[in-house]
Amino acid sequence: MISLIVYGIIVGCIIALGAIGLTMVYKIVGIANFAHGDFMTLGAYIALVMVSIVLPWVGIPDTRFGPLSFGWRMVIAFPVSMLFVAFIAIFFDKLLYKKLRKKKSNAVILAMSSLGVAFIIRMLILIIWGSDYVFYRPGLLRPALFLPLGIRIRPDEIFIVCTAIFLVVLLHLFLNRTKMGKAMRATSDNPDLALVTGIDTERIISWTWAIGGALTAAGGILYGIDVQLHPGMGWNFLIPIFAATILGSIGNIYGALIGGFVIGIAQEVSTAFLEPTYKLPVAFMIMIIILLVRPEGIFGKE
Amino acid sequence: MSILKVDNVTAGYTPESSILHGLTLELNEGEIVSIIGPNGAGKSTLLKAIFGLLKPTEGQILLRGENIAGMPPFKIAKKGLSYVPQVDNIFPSLTIQENLEMGAFIRDDDYSGTMEGVFSLFPVLKERRNTRAGTLSGGQRQMVAMGRALMLNPSILLLDEPSAGLAPIFVSSIFEKIKEINATGVSILIVEQNAKEALKMSHRGYVLAMGRNVMDDDSDALLNNEDVGKLYLGG
Amino acid sequence: MHIAGLSSYIVSLIIMAGIYAVLSLGLNIQWGYTGLFNIGIAGFFCIGAYTSAMITTPMPSGIYAKYVHQLFGLNLPFVFGLLGAAIAAGIIAFLIGIPTLRLRDDYLAIATLGIAETIRLIFNNEQWLANGPRGLMGLPQPLHSLVSERNYNYIYIIIVIVIMAIIYLAIEKAIRSPWGRVLRAIREDEGSASMSGKDVFNFKMQSFVFGCMVMGVGGALYAHYTRSITPTVFTPLYGTFIVWIMLMAGGSGNNKGAILGAFVIWGVWVGTKFMTDFLPPYLQSRAPYFRFLIIGIILEFILIYRPQGMIGEEKSVSKLME
Repeated sequence: MISLIVYGIIVGCIIALGAIGLTMVYKIVGIANFAHGDFMTLGAYIALVMVSIVLPWVGIPDTRFGPLSFGWRMVIAFPVSMLFVAFIAIFFDKLLYKKLRKKKSNAVILAMSSLGVAFIIRMLILIIWGSDYVFYRPGLLRPALFLPLGIRIRPDEIFIVCTAIFLVVLLHLFLNRTKMGKAMRATSDNPDLALVTGIDTERIISWTWAIGGALTAAGGILYGIDVQLHPGMGWNFLIPIFAATILGSIGNIYGALIGGFVIGIAQEVSTAFLEPTYKLPVAFMIMIIILLVRPEGIFGKE
Repeated sequence: MSILKVDNVTAGYTPESSILHGLTLELNEGEIVSIIGPNGAGKSTLLKAIFGLLKPTEGQILLRGENIAGMPPFKIAKKGLSYVPQVDNIFPSLTIQENLEMGAFIRDDDYSGTMEGVFSLFPVLKERRNTRAGTLSGGQRQMVAMGRALMLNPSILLLDEPSAGLAPIFVSSIFEKIKEINATGVSILIVEQNAKEALKMSHRGYVLAMGRNVMDDDSDALLNNEDVGKLYLGG
Repeated sequence: MHIAGLSSYIVSLIIMAGIYAVLSLGLNIQWGYTGLFNIGIAGFFCIGAYTSAMITTPMPSGIYAKYVHQLFGLNLPFVFGLLGAAIAAGIIAFLIGIPTLRLRDDYLAIATLGIAETIRLIFNNEQWLANGPRGLMGLPQPLHSLVSERNYNYIYIIIVIVIMAIIYLAIEKAIRSPWGRVLRAIREDEGSASMSGKDVFNFKMQSFVFGCMVMGVGGALYAHYTRSITPTVFTPLYGTFIVWIMLMAGGSGNNKGAILGAFVIWGVWVGTKFMTDFLPPYLQSRAPYFRFLIIGIILEFILIYRPQGMIGEEKSVSKLME
């Protein structure tokens, strides 16, 4: 059971990275972004291209850091992929959502459009990489460490938790210490007043997409390091991410973080009683219960 | 001379239904001008039209002779116009200091002097600078809202019912502050329900009804006018 | 391709388009007339298909009982399958509507998406329910004895068209009734419908259940057309996404548009197959992805440049409201 909770925390980190971006986009841009999971997949595959094609070609050696399954190549690929997905997210905003915003289309049309983006990204991934399961480093045995209390954890998984914490701290500092970060919080608080104050909301929207895209890309890479890559991986995270977002109240990044851990742990613990394929319905049931009992989420005000 | 001139403006939330019908008014350098009138006269709509939140279908809004009608708000703000909406005029989850910083968002210069100025005008804000604005009382929120608007170092301040919802003791102190702000050279256009108090501190006033300017005169003259007294000043 | 081959090809095309038209009509009740954002169509499509399959097939016996498991097998005629599919989809819709129809539009969307995925997972995992991932096979077809196997589709096309027409007429009648006008008032603005929250909820529920029942019928029609069903068919792509594009393309809020959209988009979908034939051989296995990519791009174009679809909303109905 403790192992399941530990693994739930690891999965929770990945869900939280997705949910933090989703909750920001949801609140500031006003889109229930159904493409968020596919941004995650895209991030994982961009890192794959970097690790397996671009960086070897540049001549970065195929090293490994101690017990970890990766080395310098992944360290370089990680931020590059985050940046790439950030720009892709901004690209789709300028290409589609901005036009819909100008026409004052309602929230459902925006959500529909993002569902279209989700399929477009997934189809492109399928066209380019096919539908097979792939690994960043195939055929590598990755032994687990044995910790007290019968916990088995792989070194990679410790890295996942550390990276997630690092990114969340970075985001926290950005939102509280920088002018742009504060302006994002202001826009999330009161978009009309932000406009009146002279904050250029279109710029804030671009920043929001960039951060949302980058964080979810990071989640995708971490999942790829821990498990494997598959074109449907992000889509399967979509419902847990939404569940975590709604649980933590829309617009609340700390709520999304906690929501991610709650959903991750609940999903893993459920495998003690249910078949593992029912993880997704478990996340979904939690979401339905939250919507019934407290639709504004645990950190929301009525 | 007039620093801001609203010239024959027609505007509304939809093209079919206008709220302002050919309204004309002026604000001169260094003045406080009050706009009074019954509910639904279009007072708040006027401020929104001036600040670019509504695009007039007809007429011009001249800022120092330049037509700003329909410009986006952030461009208007850059030209030295600042606006305090009636409600939802603070960022509740930001601290007081962060609210003020946001007011200076479009300034690239050092604004610490301006912030000191705001703090000396509203000392209580300095004491509580790290408090989240959402936890403040109504009067203090209004101070944050005005402070936020002043961070732009505006030459013109538009105030939408600054006394609305405030306890009576705060009303007079807010009006005192408005006079202090004006004394530093800021021209102020103010929309008020509390017509008598507003006219007392203003240089001039306009009476609006049905989206039109029905009367304009010096404040004293309006205060002494029988019709105005009966209709809008509570007898 | 000679004439007989061509005509049977066209017939099969029309049958599938007709089945999708039924799904699209069901969605139109919900989205077009009430504004309900259901992206779990695949779930109700799936429920309808499996229910009808189990109503019309006998319980496996003898050696088959070892290999095929299903919850029940009633061996009843096709009509009962259709009715059962509608009822089952309606019951599930009712249960799901209770927690979700009070929610904001976008919450309803994510909730219905979750339901569809859950339903598919249950059918995939639970062997006892409907034979798990291997699905059900050998489903009976109505009036099968009238013609030879080869020409059976000429019978089935009539069945599909007739059922589609009945559903079309039923929806037209419903939406022109006072009930339909209330739905549209809800869609336009819940507040101005001058009703209590409970009334709004009840009307939304009726619309949701009605739409899902129609989708269930679509599922039954599909099951007896292909004669075998597996959970893999009812994915968000084939089961939900394409139906949305059909309705958006045709014109939501217009039943003729719902049908037209189904036929046009199905035509485009089939047409893209010919386009992908020109792909180099090493990309042939990825042809379906190219086809969906095109469909996805079409959706984005519709949303931005022609959100009212090809024929748009009928004005006559909104005139009635005034």
